[in-house]
Amino acid sequence: MSKTAVMEKIATRDAFGAEILALGKENENIFVVDIDIGKSCKTTDFSTQLPQQHVNVGIAEQNGCGVAVGLATTGKIPFVSTYAVFGSLRMAEQIRQEVCYPNLNVKIACSHGGLTPANDGASHQCIEDMGVLRTLPNMTVIMGADYYSTRKLVRAAAEYKGPVYLRFTRDAIPVVYTEEDSFEIGKAKKLRDGTDLGIIANGDTLHLAIEAARELEEQGISVKLYDMHTIKPLDTEAVKDCMTTGKIITVEDHNIINGLGSAVSEVVAELGSCVVRRIGVQDQFGQSAPYERLLEMNGITKENIIATAQGLLGR
Amino acid sequence: MKNLSAEQLKEKAKELRINTINMIHEAQSGHPGGSLSAADLVAALYFGEMNVDPQNPKWEDRDRFILSKGHVCPIQYSALAMRGFFPWEVVHTLRQEGSILQGHPDMKKCPGIDISTGSLGQGLSCGVGMALAGKRDNRDYRVFALLGDGECQEGQVWEAAQTAVKYRLDNLVVFVDNNRLQCDGCCDEIMPSGDLAEKFRAFGFDTHRINGHSMEEIVETLDKIRDKKDGLPTCVVLDTVKGKGVSYMEDVVVWHGMAPNDEQYRQAISELEGGLRA
Repeated sequence: MSKTAVMEKIATRDAFGAEILALGKENENIFVVDIDIGKSCKTTDFSTQLPQQHVNVGIAEQNGCGVAVGLATTGKIPFVSTYAVFGSLRMAEQIRQEVCYPNLNVKIACSHGGLTPANDGASHQCIEDMGVLRTLPNMTVIMGADYYSTRKLVRAAAEYKGPVYLRFTRDAIPVVYTEEDSFEIGKAKKLRDGTDLGIIANGDTLHLAIEAARELEEQGISVKLYDMHTIKPLDTEAVKDCMTTGKIITVEDHNIINGLGSAVSEVVAELGSCVVRRIGVQDQFGQSAPYERLLEMNGITKENIIATAQGLLGR
Repeated sequence: MKNLSAEQLKEKAKELRINTINMIHEAQSGHPGGSLSAADLVAALYFGEMNVDPQNPKWEDRDRFILSKGHVCPIQYSALAMRGFFPWEVVHTLRQEGSILQGHPDMKKCPGIDISTGSLGQGLSCGVGMALAGKRDNRDYRVFALLGDGECQEGQVWEAAQTAVKYRLDNLVVFVDNNRLQCDGCCDEIMPSGDLAEKFRAFGFDTHRINGHSMEEIVETLDKIRDKKDGLPTCVVLDTVKGKGVSYMEDVVVWHGMAPNDEQYRQAISELEGGLRA
């Protein structure tokens, strides 16, 4: 699964741009609804090459959602493309009323999730989206962890019938999968098996968890590691598998409230006893700073994953 | 069903009004005021203008109707029942548990509902998407959206209007039921919107302003805009009276969302059966 040499880095938004173009060429029903930031969201190749399948509504997210809804009622498969903070929050009520309630085939595909819009500051960072979206009935919530997984998951979302929220990010991140890896919505990817501890990560933090697990193994700690790319529907079997170790660490670039950590904790609380430690944004807004610094401020680091594991194991 | 005379359409509007009051009285819940102000237009659309097939509600080439002011759905439910989209008895289930006639329109439950509505300001955007798909697919269907004048206080309406003009959606018709009242009082007091016809015209619409209770003017306007290929979306502002046809409801804010009691009900039906006063 993983490349151990110097890791190639590509942003997941580039994966979206490449895959949506490929999908659009294969299926004329695939539409992109842009909200003025096509360049940032990597949809300009799509709009240039497939203008008949493209709409740009300007700076009007709520309207963009409704236009996608209208398209979906005629059999189109629209992807609304914008930043996560606008796509998930500014059009949240439109998504609830028009997409989720009638269970229409609209995809909300958002770049700049988490803290990645780092230097843009808190207004453009998005630490709430996956939590908001996962509370909406009928919605599926997905975040790929690298270029290849994101491409596969964009394709899976297009083939899935119903509302899907897809989160991408701005910065180049290490490629941890190969083109041959396969991904299924709702089925977590097991990257490592172990007995002392379970780590469940997603998105841009997965590579941190992979590195931490490797170092923990070197210290003699046996780690079970999952990529929970779909937080709704959550793969409860994967959580149960981690519960056999008695200790779970979740890692995410999202508020620890209502994201991956919360979703895992809900399952753990209902099924039995197991300690869960949530690593993620500590219920606080970010600021303009380098991405790495923002992660450090919240303890979203390889070092903190290792320290948390050691603490749980009393080492 | 099509090609009814204005006189015949007036009879349909009268039946729609009576059915609507029956439904709301029976449910003891609903929105009579805006249902009655929209009745004449709804009659003209469902019994004269729209290409729909009650036997095949999802027919791809059907004209679409969006009730953006979804709270007045009893008037649309009445039209759908009269057109045979569902069995007549169903009208007795408005707002009841398990009913296809939800308090606001549900496209997944009720045949003939093209979009679920109820949160104001969102319907026109959906209509833009439908009309755009029709253009891209070279289909001949048209999209009709009915908005309230109060609803036009929502900014999304104007986002959608811009998009309709940009994409030259001459297959889209926006109706504004200009009854001048909203939940908390007169629109002009709550949030003055000025002349909505002038606003839509300024956005680039082909705009008409008519008496929304004159079937002759409604039919004449529908005739005028039927085959237009000028690239301009259409807006028809209908000057109407909230509660039209029931004397004690006319122009009275409280009837926006209140059901009549038994005595009020009998008076309403008696007045409606007597026909509309000029």
